[in-house]
Amino acid sequence: MNRHLIEGTGTLIRFILRRDRLRLPIWIASFIAISVIVAIAFAGLYQTNAERIAIAETMQNPAVIAMLGPGYGYGLENYPIGAITAHEMLLMTAIVVGLMNILLMIRHTRTDEEDGRIEMVRSLPVGRLSNLLSVLVVLTGVNVLLALLLGFSLTVLGIEGMGLEGSLLYGSALGASGMIFAGVAAISAQLSSNARSTLGFAFTVLLAAYIIRVIGDLRNEALSWFSPLSWVLRTEVYVNNYWWPILLTVSVALVLMGIALYLNSIRDLGSGFIPSRSGKDKASKTLLSSFGLVFRLQRTGFIIWGIGLLVIGVIYGSLFGELETYFDEIDLMQQMVILVEGFSLTEQFIPLLMSIIAILSTIPVLMSILKIKTEEKNDRLEHLISRAVSRNRLMGSYLAMSILTGFVMLTLSSIGLGVMGNIVMEESLSLGTYYSSAMVYFPAILMMIGIAVLLFGWAAKWTGLVWLYLASAFFIVYMGSLFQFEDWVEKLTPFGYVTRIPIEEMDYWSAAIMVVLAIGFIAIGMIGFNRRDIGK
Amino acid sequence: MTVLRTVDLTKKFGDFAALDKVNIEVGEGEVYGFIGPNGSGKSTTLRVLLGILKATEGRAEIFGKDSWKDAVEIHKRVAYVPGEVSLWPNLTGGEVIDLLVKLRGGNSSHRREELIQKFDLDPSKKCRTYSKGNRQKVALIAALSSDVDLYILDEPTSGLDPLMERTFQEYIIEEKKQGKSILLSSHILSEVEKLCDKVAIIREGKIIETGSLKDLRHLTGTILLVETKKPILDLANVRGVSGIQPKGNAVSFQVDSGEVAYVISYISQFEIVRIESSPPTLEQLFMRHYEVSDKTSGIGAGGEA
Ligand SMILES: Nc1ncnc2c1ncn2[C@@H]1O[C@H](COP(=O)(O)OP(=O)(O)O)[C@@H](O)[C@H]1O
Ligand SMILES: [Mg+2]
Repeated sequence: MNRHLIEGTGTLIRFILRRDRLRLPIWIASFIAISVIVAIAFAGLYQTNAERIAIAETMQNPAVIAMLGPGYGYGLENYPIGAITAHEMLLMTAIVVGLMNILLMIRHTRTDEEDGRIEMVRSLPVGRLSNLLSVLVVLTGVNVLLALLLGFSLTVLGIEGMGLEGSLLYGSALGASGMIFAGVAAISAQLSSNARSTLGFAFTVLLAAYIIRVIGDLRNEALSWFSPLSWVLRTEVYVNNYWWPILLTVSVALVLMGIALYLNSIRDLGSGFIPSRSGKDKASKTLLSSFGLVFRLQRTGFIIWGIGLLVIGVIYGSLFGELETYFDEIDLMQQMVILVEGFSLTEQFIPLLMSIIAILSTIPVLMSILKIKTEEKNDRLEHLISRAVSRNRLMGSYLAMSILTGFVMLTLSSIGLGVMGNIVMEESLSLGTYYSSAMVYFPAILMMIGIAVLLFGWAAKWTGLVWLYLASAFFIVYMGSLFQFEDWVEKLTPFGYVTRIPIEEMDYWSAAIMVVLAIGFIAIGMIGFNRRDIGK
Repeated sequence: MTVLRTVDLTKKFGDFAALDKVNIEVGEGEVYGFIGPNGSGKSTTLRVLLGILKATEGRAEIFGKDSWKDAVEIHKRVAYVPGEVSLWPNLTGGEVIDLLVKLRGGNSSHRREELIQKFDLDPSKKCRTYSKGNRQKVALIAALSSDVDLYILDEPTSGLDPLMERTFQEYIIEEKKQGKSILLSSHILSEVEKLCDKVAIIREGKIIETGSLKDLRHLTGTILLVETKKPILDLANVRGVSGIQPKGNAVSFQVDSGEVAYVISYISQFEIVRIESSPPTLEQLFMRHYEVSDKTSGIGAGGEA
């Protein structure tokens, strides 16, 4: 390569490491902490071989395969605990590692470019490829480090059935997924000329990889080959320890990175390959209000999430047919669903699916309400506040948008689930049952909005905590079924107070209390917002 | 009649006092210049006046109403151009102009097309493609096409080219003719000189000088840089000359506006080789301010002169 193109890469690498000197260690430490905790917990839960074989059996059902990918090692005389841990954790962790790589890549490429910082760097004696190359080197380093640290951390736990090779392979599978999505994000950053759509593009690839894998694992093995998330699952870690999927994934990642570097070398600074179109020179009537603006700013995200949740509903719904057969064959899935008499197993499965769908639906809801924070940070609230728009009306517009989002997301996903479920099942349920099993989550979503507004009004710096709270809600639901947490753990988040329709009697009291609390939080948050400075 | 005023306005960010007992007063039909170097507290003052920031102490009033409590009422009659214009990347300039005009709650964009043409803006482009100057134009057009009584403009010409700067000044003069009041912050003295009836000078959060331009005439004289064959005799005692500084072979000094002709005729007897004139920079103005305050306070420490 021409040396001029990569002049100054070393300096830029050090600069990135300095800018992210907290961010990177926190990411890596969180991955290691969670993996280690879960591994220890599983080892404690399933101590005998009989217990391990039993749980492995229950995880051999279509719902789990759809969510986590296929299991392996069935029929082994001594079923290793590592296989259970990996089946439960590998895919989900790989997705989050992918997410980390996407966010970090875009932060140091398109975002910096859009804000004009790359221009400053490029005016120095620095090569045309140096910035992208330095980010790629840093992220590759992060992924390798993650693989090694995770591998050794899991090994030193000394859990039987989680040896050095398996643990290193487990870490490498995560690192390799990270590299793939670093490559995907690097290409996205060349295609689109702004950070938002770069992010959208990279997320779409991640989501598509997941959905292709679901369909592939359930229906058509050949399709799985198109999803890198399937590749890493083929390592059959802790059982067969195949290394070729790592080789495949890393090679493809390197090719993607190469393509990104090439695209970067042939384009102008500040431009993308997807041209930005011009638009209307006059505003349409629907834009001309503070709600109109809020809606317009979130329209694309709203539509994409809506379609996404509809598709997720449909995919889960399509499982119901197989579940029906599966439940007929197997006695019961003690671990996943508590048996209640008088209800079919499918009916008992609905609340579990709904809790996951509701938590997913909360993501666009929180994004929608927290958009106001982005607007504030970018000095754009000033335009509205300095005109005849009161702070209450401004906040109200964002509230309305996020409440609408919650309502639409729950509606779409439950309709997708219900319609598809009824198509594939012999005994169908009424659509109303599906719908109400989703809508009972509405008060819990309102609570999350309330908490976001409360933080935004009084401690805007800390609004990010609401994401952590949602993540722990997901963790509790996701792990709760296997860990059999004490009751109070479930009650730590609003999602633990929701009635399990259709198998439980509707609890109007807890729903009403959540709504009242949510309104209270919102009101207190608004008071704070009305009293503080607007600005960074 | 007073349109806008602050009384002992103080704003603290944590322990740091960005504004310390700021008093300004804009009368009806006045163009009021608010000058100071970067970071002196101009934007902070304007933001408090718009109810974006909350005053720590003191009062800020517009149209006799409290600018924090009655913000919405006040804003119906005020147009504001922020110092750093950040727009929504995926809306077009035209859409933003319409939106901002509409959100004022006032009437239609009676001059929209004319302004777009005069400022030479392509309203169908997405804001993300606009340069700093173009974003500034969007905010200016939105402000100028609203029908309001008071304009609050934070360094409105930063990023504009000289031609656009002139267009802007023409509009301000026209608004002034119609009896509108304008509060204009700037760090460019010449611009303030051209437009403003009154000025306030702020430095490190404190107002150090206010008054009409006539009052401050001595501050806004001309700086002359002169090189002569013979040394100029007794320059310090010539009427209207101050701030003498040797600059290599030449000498630079300030001349009060009314005395330029006299001073030039005086120095011409020493055979002028080179003469350059320029308006005083803000720096010189401040330096002069300290000269004055040093003399009056009698401390007499420091100072370059
Ligand atoms: N939100 C804030 N938090 C802390 N300090 C601030 C904030 N906003 C402004 N300042 C400080 O207040 C001072 C005045 O800033 P500003 O009013 O923007 O100056 P000017 O507009 O005159 O350039 C500066 O020192 C700036 O750093
Ligand atoms: Mg400023």
